[in-house]
Amino acid sequence: MQLSIAHTTTYRYASPVRSGLQELRLRPRNGANQTVASWELTLEGAEHQLSFDDHYGNRVDLVSLTPGTTEIQVRAQGVVDTLDTAGVAARHVGHTPMWFYLRSTERTEVGRGVRGFCEQVQTEDDDVNRLHALSGAIRDGVAYRPGESHVASTAEEAIEVGAGVCQDHAHVFIAAARHLGHPARYVSGYLLMGNTVEQDATHAWAEAWIDGLGWVGFDVSNGISPDERYVRVATGLDYRAAAPIRGVTYGAGDESLEVELQVQVGTGGQQ
Amino acid sequence: MLGRTAGGLYWMFRHLERSENTARLIEAGMRIALTRSDDVEKEWKSVVTTAGQKDAFLERHERFDQANVIDFLLRDRTNPSSVRSVIESARSNAREVRTALTREVWEATNDTWLTVRDTLARPVLDRELPDVLAVIRRESALVRGALHGTMLRNDIYNFARIGTFMERADNTARILDVKYYVLLPSASYVGTSLDNVQWETILRSVSAQRAYRWRSAGDASAMGIADFLILDQQLPRSLVFCYRKIDENLGYLASDYGEHHRCHELSHDLLLRLTGRNIESIFEDGLHEFLGDCIRATNTLGHAIERDYRFTA
Amino acid sequence: MDVRPGYFDEMYGDGSALRAPYRQYEEWFAREDPRRLLKKSADAEALFRRTGITFNVYGSEEGDERLIPFDIVPRIIAAREWARLERGIEQRVRAINAFLHDIYHRQEILRAGRIPKEVIADNDAFLPEMIGFTPPGGVYTHIVGIDLVRTDDNDFYVLEDNARTPSGVSYMLENRETMLQMFPELFTRSRVRPVSEYPRDLRSSLAATAPVRTSGRPLVAVLTPGIHNSAYFEHAFLADQMGAELVEGHDLSVVDGRIAMRTTEGPEPIDVLYRRVDDDYLDPLTFNPSSLLGVPGVMDVYRSGGITIANAPGTGIADDKAVYSYMPEIIDFYTGEKPLLQNVPTWRCSEPDSLAYVLDHLSELVVKEVHGSGGYGMLVGPAASKREISRFTRKLKASPANYIAQPTLALSTVPILTRNGLAPRHVDLRPFALVSPNTIRITPGGLTRVAMKRGSLVVNSSQGGGTKDTWVMED
Repeated sequence: MQLSIAHTTTYRYASPVRSGLQELRLRPRNGANQTVASWELTLEGAEHQLSFDDHYGNRVDLVSLTPGTTEIQVRAQGVVDTLDTAGVAARHVGHTPMWFYLRSTERTEVGRGVRGFCEQVQTEDDDVNRLHALSGAIRDGVAYRPGESHVASTAEEAIEVGAGVCQDHAHVFIAAARHLGHPARYVSGYLLMGNTVEQDATHAWAEAWIDGLGWVGFDVSNGISPDERYVRVATGLDYRAAAPIRGVTYGAGDESLEVELQVQVGTGGQQ
Repeated sequence: MLGRTAGGLYWMFRHLERSENTARLIEAGMRIALTRSDDVEKEWKSVVTTAGQKDAFLERHERFDQANVIDFLLRDRTNPSSVRSVIESARSNAREVRTALTREVWEATNDTWLTVRDTLARPVLDRELPDVLAVIRRESALVRGALHGTMLRNDIYNFARIGTFMERADNTARILDVKYYVLLPSASYVGTSLDNVQWETILRSVSAQRAYRWRSAGDASAMGIADFLILDQQLPRSLVFCYRKIDENLGYLASDYGEHHRCHELSHDLLLRLTGRNIESIFEDGLHEFLGDCIRATNTLGHAIERDYRFTA
Repeated sequence: MDVRPGYFDEMYGDGSALRAPYRQYEEWFAREDPRRLLKKSADAEALFRRTGITFNVYGSEEGDERLIPFDIVPRIIAAREWARLERGIEQRVRAINAFLHDIYHRQEILRAGRIPKEVIADNDAFLPEMIGFTPPGGVYTHIVGIDLVRTDDNDFYVLEDNARTPSGVSYMLENRETMLQMFPELFTRSRVRPVSEYPRDLRSSLAATAPVRTSGRPLVAVLTPGIHNSAYFEHAFLADQMGAELVEGHDLSVVDGRIAMRTTEGPEPIDVLYRRVDDDYLDPLTFNPSSLLGVPGVMDVYRSGGITIANAPGTGIADDKAVYSYMPEIIDFYTGEKPLLQNVPTWRCSEPDSLAYVLDHLSELVVKEVHGSGGYGMLVGPAASKREISRFTRKLKASPANYIAQPTLALSTVPILTRNGLAPRHVDLRPFALVSPNTIRITPGGLTRVAMKRGSLVVNSSQGGGTKDTWVMED
């Protein structure tokens, strides 16, 4: 399937920026499930400084904010050809060892809630089944409901509230999978939704490592493994590590964020 | 050169200059206190005002009595302009720019700090004061001597000199401004002992009493003193002398770096304001206003230098 | 002089005879008037204070700068002894760099089972950001300081490998400078190998690892946390001696994909950053976001090949005390050789048998925290009170993996000059190795630290230790 994506993020600052740097993880890479036909990043109010591959294998662009600006805009745009690989994303690339994906982070700390989900699925003896059961259990226990959580919410907090968004689902899944001994990681990316081109936000799901299969995706929010409607952009131990935009800003005061995202089939007029 | 290094040099020499100026102010204040019994507090108040620390002083003390003023100006760590504080700051600046200094300049500065620290470790008794003030002036002169004797005449030297003369210009303008009323023709009772003492204080505060006698052949007048301190081309503490030195040193930087900045224009304007003037016309336009303008313009120039040479991020 | 019974004295051995390397020195010393020497010693201190060779003491009153006591009796090492140490240090430094490359790439040593995975996986000193990245020139530790102790004529042990930002080299250089000024006659009678090449060697070895895209003479800068740092003197000293810029975090920013310093004429890019700031504070964008000492973005510039950071971030995994105990394995694995320098036997308290032994023998052992330095989180059994021992027993039982234990070593002594003549004091030795892509250079000698208190085995300057000039004799 050919997907065309246009993703614009706008930050507005209360006062002119003195200086600032933002790391962008906004470049999808080729993999088993996807081939990038064309991709382009454009910036306003910021200058491109450099690019490098981080230890997760993400392509990172570092941009500096133009001093004195009160608004920056980052536009990621392109066309990606996707395949349905039944959730199996890829073999492992790079040197990051599997044990690293068992590390817990602030957002994926294991507590009573996560342990509860683990207990529910412990009887499954097949890895794939166990992880699918886990995904289902989380979906039942943590309802998809925007507005109940925020970007810094932890897995345990989401479980406590009993609701969250895709980010929270991914965090709970990752925390539980690791607790069960499966290396797991967070994936940020795009998803083609039913009938609408306009989307509110980027999507997120989880991947767990299964010996013999490789990295397998689990989209808890939609209760499936990713298929040809999914585009993987960046991975990491949690949201913070895989966030599309993350950085430091000095002297800008309060900031507000606006995201515009279109995902559609075809080239969408793009070459 | 790092912008921070340029800033460190500039401030190091401003601080050293300030320590010396404060010592001189105290010396002049002492003189008045010794020769006159009435209005001593008023005199000490004007010393603190000249040092730009009146509000800070009043936060800590109610009255401008001698012991408090002297301790505040020499030793008080809460007063960022006390001799102890500025010597500490100068030495911190020197540590920061150590790689830009010759060993001699660094050691002289470190030595100044060690000496002044020990000298001011305890409150200074009246009878020790003359010696203490002499030590402070001598130490600052030692650093200056090392600077002249060992440093290359390059941008490092230029920033050091600019700092020195910026501080000095500000100090001279303040001394005159705090006392301007005694120099006004309308308020002067020529020949009375009162004014002679006041004038003497002004001259003493810039170490110019002897120089003035040479220049004026003993004929002291308010206008003569103002002329001397503002417009004399040879007195190293006159405003015009300081502004010329600042302008020259900025000029060397401009030709070294091949770059003209706003500070060069400001410095030029400031110098023009004084050249070709005579003291009569300054009095005509208002001495207080003139001095106020100079102090503000010096300040603006200081900010421009800091920005143009990137002292801070 | 009476030697301390049971300890090897490097000048007098067991006390029966003068050792050969000290012969010439002793001849000279015997003819000197002790009062003149004591006066010289006081002069040296005054000189250090005047020139500001001081270190700041953390948590003490403002302006409290202390001198590290300097003793005028040199510590002398024979050419033959040094040759052996030099080979051992070089082997170790080579192994450390190979280990670092491996641990941040394929981790063959873990796959081979030579080090348990947990030693790395559970270690905060392992820096994930370095995975898959090779520093310019393949050099991880541009500067290494290996702490050695001697226990008798033949035995040297490595106490610690300092692979992050070893300090003390300025004292090595200034001590020699002071000795040359005070006792020039000593250096005409004895052939002492010079140490003064160090700053030049440091510069050239740093320059040799500049990023590939550098053209012309690489711009080297020393990054200091600032004048309040305890080692500021050394930072300024090295920058000065190398002809490098001394910069602070706020002098630097990302410009055109490089790290540039703010000069009076605008930004100027830096090629090699010799940083004296810990990993954690190096880059608020990547590491500790509250750090004001670091340079936002420097890790990204580094990973894109725009700058060299020396030492590389993440080298702490090589000098971690838990990893230390595997150093013989590491040397064997990467060099195929037997270690030339011995490790101090080490009990890893994470292993139940070892823990049991350590708990039974606390009063004989030295217990160290795995992530720690400066001798603070440490128990010296023979010197500890009952109370301290029971406190450490509790700590050990609560988190055994945080500790290792070692036997108390009989550190050698070297005489110092006291008012009553020579007196033996315990010493260690920190030689400095410089690593560039093709060579490892080891400055003959290093920093001798000496416990100035009688009987004390603690040589750290933060605990009242002093220093000595260290002489390596020509053949």
